[in-house]
Amino acid sequence: MVEAKFLKFDTLSLHAGQQPDKITGARAVPLYQTTSYVFPDVDHAASLFNLERAGHIYSRISNPTVSVFEERMAALENGVGAIATSSGQAALSLAVMTLMDSGGHIVASRNIYGGSHNLFMHTLPRFGISTTLVDPRNPDEFKKAIRPETRLLFSETIGNPGLEILDIPTVSDIASQAGLPLMVDATFSTPYLLKPFDYGANIVMHSATKWIGGHGVAIGGVLIDGGNFNWEGSNNFPNMTEPYEGYHGLDFTEEFGPAAFIMRARAEGLRDFGACMSPQNAFYLIQGLETLPMRMSRHVKNASLVAKFLNEADEVSWVRYPGLENHPDFKLAKKLLPKGAGSIVTFGIRPGSDGARKTGAKFIEALRLFSHLANVGDAKSLVIHPASTTHQQMDEQGLLEAGVKEEMVRLSVGLEDPVDLLSDLRQALRSSQK
Amino acid sequence: MDIHINNLRIFAHTGGKPFDPNKPIFVLIHGAGTDHTFWGLQTRYFSHHGYSVLAIDLPGHGRSEGVPIDSIEETALWLWKVLDQVSYRNVILAGHSMGSLIALEAASKRPDDTDALILVGVAERVAVHSDLLAAAKKNDSTAFDMITDWGFGQKSHLGGHQSPGLWMLGGGRALLAECSAGVLDSDLSACHSYIGAIEASKKISCPTLLLLGDKDRMTPPKMSVPLKENLRISETKVLSDVGHMIMIEKPNETIDVMDEFLRRALS
Repeated sequence: MVEAKFLKFDTLSLHAGQQPDKITGARAVPLYQTTSYVFPDVDHAASLFNLERAGHIYSRISNPTVSVFEERMAALENGVGAIATSSGQAALSLAVMTLMDSGGHIVASRNIYGGSHNLFMHTLPRFGISTTLVDPRNPDEFKKAIRPETRLLFSETIGNPGLEILDIPTVSDIASQAGLPLMVDATFSTPYLLKPFDYGANIVMHSATKWIGGHGVAIGGVLIDGGNFNWEGSNNFPNMTEPYEGYHGLDFTEEFGPAAFIMRARAEGLRDFGACMSPQNAFYLIQGLETLPMRMSRHVKNASLVAKFLNEADEVSWVRYPGLENHPDFKLAKKLLPKGAGSIVTFGIRPGSDGARKTGAKFIEALRLFSHLANVGDAKSLVIHPASTTHQQMDEQGLLEAGVKEEMVRLSVGLEDPVDLLSDLRQALRSSQK
Repeated sequence: MDIHINNLRIFAHTGGKPFDPNKPIFVLIHGAGTDHTFWGLQTRYFSHHGYSVLAIDLPGHGRSEGVPIDSIEETALWLWKVLDQVSYRNVILAGHSMGSLIALEAASKRPDDTDALILVGVAERVAVHSDLLAAAKKNDSTAFDMITDWGFGQKSHLGGHQSPGLWMLGGGRALLAECSAGVLDSDLSACHSYIGAIEASKKISCPTLLLLGDKDRMTPPKMSVPLKENLRISETKVLSDVGHMIMIEKPNETIDVMDEFLRRALS
């Protein structure tokens, strides 16, 4: 039997979405720092606006540099198309606004990034969209929380900061049976470690600011359409299947088939809400993507060493890393993330005489290589105390439900020599106990 | 729009304009395992440039009810039944891959009713690889992979699509994956067993365009030469760096070539 031959992941990371520039011969993706594009004639302009021809009109809606980044992400995720956004949160908002109307309901994992939690629980209700939070480790809770007005199931592939692994095959089955799409935030896994569409997810988002870029110089997000949801069959999404007056009665499913969602998100969401990615940031993020496979391979190797080290350290009371056998999702991580369970490690520091929070502060302040800041996925190692920063908007009960403990420290393990990382952690742990 | 034939609903996409039987009727026919969306941009463009476009979903494909018709000749007869129901005007027929064989066969059956013919990704014989036929017969998803791999030109495997943010290979495969069990098998078998292209081409009297991709591995340009030799009025346009999925890989150029051809053919 002959086999289809497609370019492999590492090759796509370097090339997908780009044909070398025909006029200049530029090998690197050129930075098209332009807001707009000259139309050859009036008819051509009208055809572009009416979606009769392919091309660029205005950089809020599309831009050649941004398009390379979008296409590359879609290729790496095995999707049908992507939209780059100004941030990861913009990608999430764009998806929700594209799919849902006032009165809609979301079932979401409760173990998610604090900003997403805030969007679901405090911001979206102002627009008539409510959310039920559920335990991602108990897929049955997703099923039980579905209501007639539910339009979306949402979770992170690896929860932030609890590092719960979503059982995507099971939850996507639940979503599919209910005629609903499953959207996942795959920021912590990246397509190098996990391709959610292969397990039945329908929409993927990333905060590209993190591992996708890897350099910590550009904020960005991306929304990717798996092209594998039956909008017509679901009968729940008039935005996808009924004439849209914003485009003279265009029916996105009829017009674009598997790419209906991503086309609507661009034609309406980017046009009207406008949270586009800048060409400059797309350029930076493309530089990051080119080394994604090599970086991720090193990230998970270092993270695994750090997790093992912490697991054996006397100053540490518990360690959470899905690559450790004592993690409740170890087997699931092995199945879904065979190349490695990401590069976030969380742990609880053994409280000194002045309590958990003070001991944690001492540890963080004693670190020399790990930078104390609000980000993850940088090539450089990072550290933060989630309860007082990224998840501080949650109340005590919310923190408890999200698995954010008072003593929890979150490490984003970078690409430094592991000997230096372990040495830094060792000295900071000692200092924390003094 | 919906057209009812033998109590079955047949869908034809009209590109955002209501069907007007008083305008030139331009019929677009998709290839194996796909549907009207493969002609997406072309449908919208021509419907807004003076034509009444019918991008038809063949039976059992896309939004059309029924089961696929397992021969090119029978599908051509079925097509005329559909067209007779909507208008008595002459038509322009265009088809891609399997659709090009259907268009060719249909034009040969009623040459006087066909004003122009456009054959995209066409060959004298569309011999389908035995492994692809076997995979399609088993409804095995490797069939979608093979078509996606062989269908798109090598350059398109890198992307660079004209529609911002769309990944052609993913879109093509996703569309194939939507077709119901048995559809791809029936389509590919119909292509494989069709041997009437030369005879059909001898009966065509209207201007005919052969639109080909220079990197087409499924219907290489040289395999269309016998058709050209037998067509009365024909022209060939070969797009560079393009595989078999011509209107997806180079949608704007496809529109331009078709548009210019029709201006000449219908003048």
